[in-house]
Amino acid sequence: MGGMKHRGMTPIVQTTAGWVKGFTLVFGAYIVAYGHLTPGGGFAGGVILALAFVMLVLANGSKGIPRVLNIDFVAKLDSVGGLLFLGIALLGMLPGLGGAFFNNFPVKVLHIGTPFRLVSAGIIPLCNIAIAIKVASSLFLLFILLILLRIVRTDGESGE
Amino acid sequence: MMQILPLFVAIPLAAGFIIPLVGRKNPRLCDALGNATTLALLLMAISVIGKSGVYWVGGWLPKAGVPLGINLVLDSTSVLMLLTITGISFMVTLYSIQYMDKYTARSRFYSLFSLMVAGMIGVALTGDLFNLYVFLEIASIASYALVAFGCQHEELEASFRYLVLGSVSSALILLGIAIVYALTGTLNMAQISKVIGVSSKPLFYFAVALFISGFGLKAALVPFHTWLPDAHPAAPAPISAMLSGVLIKTIGIYAMARVLFNAVGMTPLFLSVLLFLGALSIMVGVLLALGQDDMKRTLAYHSISQMGYVVLGIGLGTRLGIAAALFHLMNHAVFKTLLFLNAGSIEYATGTRDYNKMGGLREKMPVTGATSLIASMSISGIPPFNGFWSKLFIIVAAVQAEKYGYAAWAVIGSILTLASFTKLQKRAFYEEPKEAAQVAKEVPVLMQASMIGLALLCVFMGVLWIPQIRDSFFMAAAKALQEGFVYATHILGE
Amino acid sequence: MHYALCLTLFMVGLYGVLMKRNLIKIIISLVILESAVNLFLIMLGYRAKGIAPIMDGTIPPDTFVRNSVDPIPQALVLTSIVIGVGVTAMTVAIALRLYERYGTYDIQEIRRLRG
Repeated sequence: MGGMKHRGMTPIVQTTAGWVKGFTLVFGAYIVAYGHLTPGGGFAGGVILALAFVMLVLANGSKGIPRVLNIDFVAKLDSVGGLLFLGIALLGMLPGLGGAFFNNFPVKVLHIGTPFRLVSAGIIPLCNIAIAIKVASSLFLLFILLILLRIVRTDGESGE
Repeated sequence: MMQILPLFVAIPLAAGFIIPLVGRKNPRLCDALGNATTLALLLMAISVIGKSGVYWVGGWLPKAGVPLGINLVLDSTSVLMLLTITGISFMVTLYSIQYMDKYTARSRFYSLFSLMVAGMIGVALTGDLFNLYVFLEIASIASYALVAFGCQHEELEASFRYLVLGSVSSALILLGIAIVYALTGTLNMAQISKVIGVSSKPLFYFAVALFISGFGLKAALVPFHTWLPDAHPAAPAPISAMLSGVLIKTIGIYAMARVLFNAVGMTPLFLSVLLFLGALSIMVGVLLALGQDDMKRTLAYHSISQMGYVVLGIGLGTRLGIAAALFHLMNHAVFKTLLFLNAGSIEYATGTRDYNKMGGLREKMPVTGATSLIASMSISGIPPFNGFWSKLFIIVAAVQAEKYGYAAWAVIGSILTLASFTKLQKRAFYEEPKEAAQVAKEVPVLMQASMIGLALLCVFMGVLWIPQIRDSFFMAAAKALQEGFVYATHILGE
Repeated sequence: MHYALCLTLFMVGLYGVLMKRNLIKIIISLVILESAVNLFLIMLGYRAKGIAPIMDGTIPPDTFVRNSVDPIPQALVLTSIVIGVGVTAMTVAIALRLYERYGTYDIQEIRRLRG
């Protein structure tokens, strides 16, 4: 049973995953973007985005990881997501924009957007996007690191 | 003016994210960023001594006396905790510049360390019950990862047990918070104290029992102490120092005191429970410490015992008792950190923690020997070091409150602590050198600098008890806790 | 009555954490424990015949406030679930490393081998 993970699954699963990955990514982005109007938001959307890539890895084995998503890049993306969130919160402290940490400056100072539309609720969609970046990259990194640990171990041992 | 309060949390969080981004290939940059962060936090903490105020996050001010948002509260007790946390973390990051040469992944160490400090500062400053839970979890999760840092077998097993018990305690605390929310309908600590009244429903006692168990597990009170003697020795020395020196105090004792005194309301029943648990911890901790062979494990058991002193002082409920307990909390942070850093230096130099393999280290490692002697005298309560004053006044407060049995218990505990540390000093530093000690030599300069700094604090901190400073600082902190529901009027203003 | 079932689930989780010997069973019991607390929190906010707390501009605010279930426990539980995921991930990573080093998932064996 050991090394099945890095050989991937049957061709039916691989083809279906290839068709579905686009829809999953768009669905995840929808949940993130409409997070201030419908249930969902940053956490749930980030998880769905991560799961799109996890689905590819499960279906195709270790060669299913897109070449651009190596571990260093994803780790850096993780930190960038967190810094983006903190930056948005600190921006509210500038004197022209209201002067409080986490101040909702687009709504209170700049008066952008009308309620119940997509462009509204100030910093909440921006924070959702930052959280989604962080959660997606964290979950993907978690999955990849735990899988790599298993692969290294089952390759180095004769039996399980 | 109160704009500085969110920066206390934002700066270590930012450091926690920036350090892995830029420091992956460059260890010296990680050292520089980590130390700059803790130094900045220390300077900011010194600048807010004596001030007090409330900061409403997001600018959501209370409307008609009802709080709408999360607030950060600065009062005398928070200032005391901030000084302790930032001071000790600066000394520890100074020490780890050279200690972490023996480990790889330095950027991850400093990043996790900054996140742990951010969590602890958040716990010290927050005024909202669920926010307390979130910051407590941030600090705890970072500490679980730091205990397992070296990935040796001992560390992994200790970290697993610590993790499981820590999660159980967090679940207990969350259940307590849920029950308080059900009883009052709000999560803001000031508002809770206004709404809860004097409640004698059994649900209220259940919530307080959950809080005492949950926070007691975090603070390693007996009978919840079993994770501590495994977790603290296994971690790398700077992390043992942080865990034992500030973590169990902030997320255990300070959080329990804040919730029980200011939010939920203290009654004589809870005070007597705290007295009993404190006295039990003193005795069990010191008796178990007498039979140990491993240096760090001995120190871990002594942490349990000294936390018993602090809880005993808080359980007395009088102004002098709480003030002396808070002073002992600060002192213990200083000398326990120094003791753990000494144990770390000995391990760095000789490669062992077992007493039976050491001896005669006084000639080979003079700075470590001298600072260790000062710290041991402090913890045993020998004048004029700082430990003496705080222990004396806890005993005086116990006598004043007519709890003579507890006072006698505290004195016996102190004598046994002295016995245990005499044994430690003799075996490690004064006998003939055994095999591992032959190769020892003194540790690098920065580690010595941080140990000497802490030793100087031990010698001179006794002076903080002079009446001017005592009244304005410690008594004010005790007053902020003891007055309980007056906290609410300071925050919501009426 | 529903709360009693929640607390029973909590007790089941606590029993598993304290009594089981296999590392993976301990992890699963921890997840059950945290799920029980989250369930308790959500049930606190329930109001009989209430509507979901989503505003869309067609319902006037005061009827909304009178009819909806409490949204605060939902926000608290969201945070708590994410914290639980983080802790579970770390526990699983440590358990995998322990298996790599000792070859067994039994916690008594690991304690025995360490000495």
